[in-house]
Amino acid sequence: MTFQPIKFYQTGTFTVGNRLLTPEQRSVQSHLDRSNAINSGHRACQGCGEALGARYAIDAAMEATNSQLIAVNATGCLEVFTTPYPETSWQLPWMHSLFGNAAAVATGVAAAMKVKGRSEVRVVAQGGDGGTTDIGFGCLSGMFERNDDVLYICYDNEAYMNTGVQRSSATPPAARTATTMSVGPEPGNVFGQGKFLPAIAMAHEIPYVATATVADLRDLEAKVKRAMEFRGARYIHILVPCPLGWGTASHDSIRIARLAHETGVFPVFEAEYGVQVSALPIRKQLPVEEYLKPQKRFAHLFGAKPKVEVIARLQARADRNISRYGLLQKEVA
Amino acid sequence: MLKQTEGSRAVAEAIALCRPEVICAYPISPQTHIVEALGESVKSGQLENCEFINVESEFAAMSVAIGASAGGARAYTATASQGLLFMVEAVYNASGLGLPIVMTVANRAIGAPINIWNDHSDSLSQRDSGWMQLFAETNQEALDLHIQAFKLAEELSLPVMVCMDGFILTHAYERVDMPTQQQVDAYLPPYEPRQVLDPREPVSIGAMVGPEAFMEVRYLAHAKQMQALERIPQLAAEFKQIFGRDTGGLTHTYCAEDAETMVVAMGSVLGTIKDTVDEMRADGHKIGVLGITSYRPFPLAQVRAALQNAKRVVVLEKSLAVGIGGILSTDVRMALSGIQLHGYTVVAGLGGRAITRKSLHKLFREAEQETLQPLTFLDLDWNVVNKQLERERSVRRSGPAAESILRDIGTVASKIA
Repeated sequence: MTFQPIKFYQTGTFTVGNRLLTPEQRSVQSHLDRSNAINSGHRACQGCGEALGARYAIDAAMEATNSQLIAVNATGCLEVFTTPYPETSWQLPWMHSLFGNAAAVATGVAAAMKVKGRSEVRVVAQGGDGGTTDIGFGCLSGMFERNDDVLYICYDNEAYMNTGVQRSSATPPAARTATTMSVGPEPGNVFGQGKFLPAIAMAHEIPYVATATVADLRDLEAKVKRAMEFRGARYIHILVPCPLGWGTASHDSIRIARLAHETGVFPVFEAEYGVQVSALPIRKQLPVEEYLKPQKRFAHLFGAKPKVEVIARLQARADRNISRYGLLQKEVA
Repeated sequence: MLKQTEGSRAVAEAIALCRPEVICAYPISPQTHIVEALGESVKSGQLENCEFINVESEFAAMSVAIGASAGGARAYTATASQGLLFMVEAVYNASGLGLPIVMTVANRAIGAPINIWNDHSDSLSQRDSGWMQLFAETNQEALDLHIQAFKLAEELSLPVMVCMDGFILTHAYERVDMPTQQQVDAYLPPYEPRQVLDPREPVSIGAMVGPEAFMEVRYLAHAKQMQALERIPQLAAEFKQIFGRDTGGLTHTYCAEDAETMVVAMGSVLGTIKDTVDEMRADGHKIGVLGITSYRPFPLAQVRAALQNAKRVVVLEKSLAVGIGGILSTDVRMALSGIQLHGYTVVAGLGGRAITRKSLHKLFREAEQETLQPLTFLDLDWNVVNKQLERERSVRRSGPAAESILRDIGTVASKIA
């Protein structure tokens, strides 16, 4: 089989087709011998961003560790849809304990590996935004502060989807959920102070923090592999659209995730030891309406009388992300 | 080797001899001296091949122990009171998953009102958590029970709490016989997990189980505790062979052969009760004692056998089931079902209230004369209680009860009659 040299002939994006790359540059997902860490047959909804994100991330981690990997899972969609009794989708040693303790359980597993002289075995903990930014926050911060040798991955779909779309501390302002209803003079979620966990992780000055979306497979995989080059506490926060909770079409999950990045709503970057070291650049910033409009959870902002003030506040948040994380910088060739 | 030492230090030394591999530490009185001593052993290099992890909460302590145990390591932690309640979700999870963690509970009251002193409310609140619970009468027994607990837990793949009275035992300096490493190694084999997270043999642990199998999984936990009823006495016998001491087991009786009045209790108060019984025996009273070491599993048959020939049973317990009375006495009644004898529940020593021989003499004599109420609160100050009840009847905003009572008493002092 012959390979063509790379030709960056696409216009308007920074992406390049997988088939144009040399084998070592190709994505893990394109490998015939990828681990399929979450095997087929699980019960995620059609278009589930979390299933996709977890599959990408864990397959990449499996490759980076030569399959010497143990996963700990918080309670949530990912846990439920992968392990309906008596079946399991997981092709690696996997453990679920509770909703709020995945980081601490992972600490225990890592300690066991160390004491057993199996330090080649690496540990990843994973959970949704509820299990990470809310109920699991204490254990996560403790794991960060001790710099335990754990990679924690948060699959952020911005609400408690497993229990039926209730608000979490990761739910964006104005979003409709089952507990922030689109009724009254200020429908949807309040404009709070926000709780952007990647920034909180950076404040712990842990070795590695990154954000990613399911829209950019290669970027996500590269970050997981990079995370595995460090020892100590690492954190990756992946935005994963939820068709059910966000009110989007199943076939639009990737598109919505890409729009989150290209509008600046979700900043994609990396940080080492508390300092940002890279950003996934936006070639052309899109207005936040492009991201909001396809989602039913924001439908109350549009219609006959669009809530221009609310949209302007959301635009201001996106603009702040862009300047704070330097998202409009030109990519270094 | 005989030595004079603090209960907590003695227990810590015994745990170190058991070669734990992961220890999770979070401070809460009166347990803290145990993990402090273990931390020192690890940091100084005396206890090798052990990870000592300072966690951020008791919930994390139990969670780290869960991960460590599932990773194949011998895991230990210690807690008390509010700390035990804070980790409850993980306590149930550890037993549900069948992970043989050993945890010391330095028994302490539960607030509010906040109280650091001893009673059994904390571990008894976890009676249905699926953990086995062994109660120590003395520091020697606390030390010995920890060694037995690791063996019991790991054989059955079920976690064990070793319960020792906070302060009364944990902070008391007593003579103990400290075993040697060779003795402990001869008794306790290395931990061989039933289930382990290992990339060489991937398994999923903690998967969701629905109505189709949940009953079976829960029954298996019960079946294992029933096996423990057989195994605990055997482990005590094996322990005696190596260490020469008769500790552990399900129950212990004292002066029970011809006793008409039997007193049932758990923990360090058994010492005071036995002293009182000695004095009453000298005066010709037919009174005996049943000490319960294994609270979970509860040895129904042994309790029944020990009590069935008595005329009356006094269950003296450091716990209160608000709204009904006793916790331990409910289980004792269950053991005696169908047998007609007089049963008394005595709630005593809550929040560290001293249980004195003087009060016990009076109490046991009242029981003998059948003048005791079915539910008695030992040394309860009725003046204080009635005054507060009257205040609440007459004034809507009667204020915080504890503060009002303190004002009535005038001083803050341990109530020793």
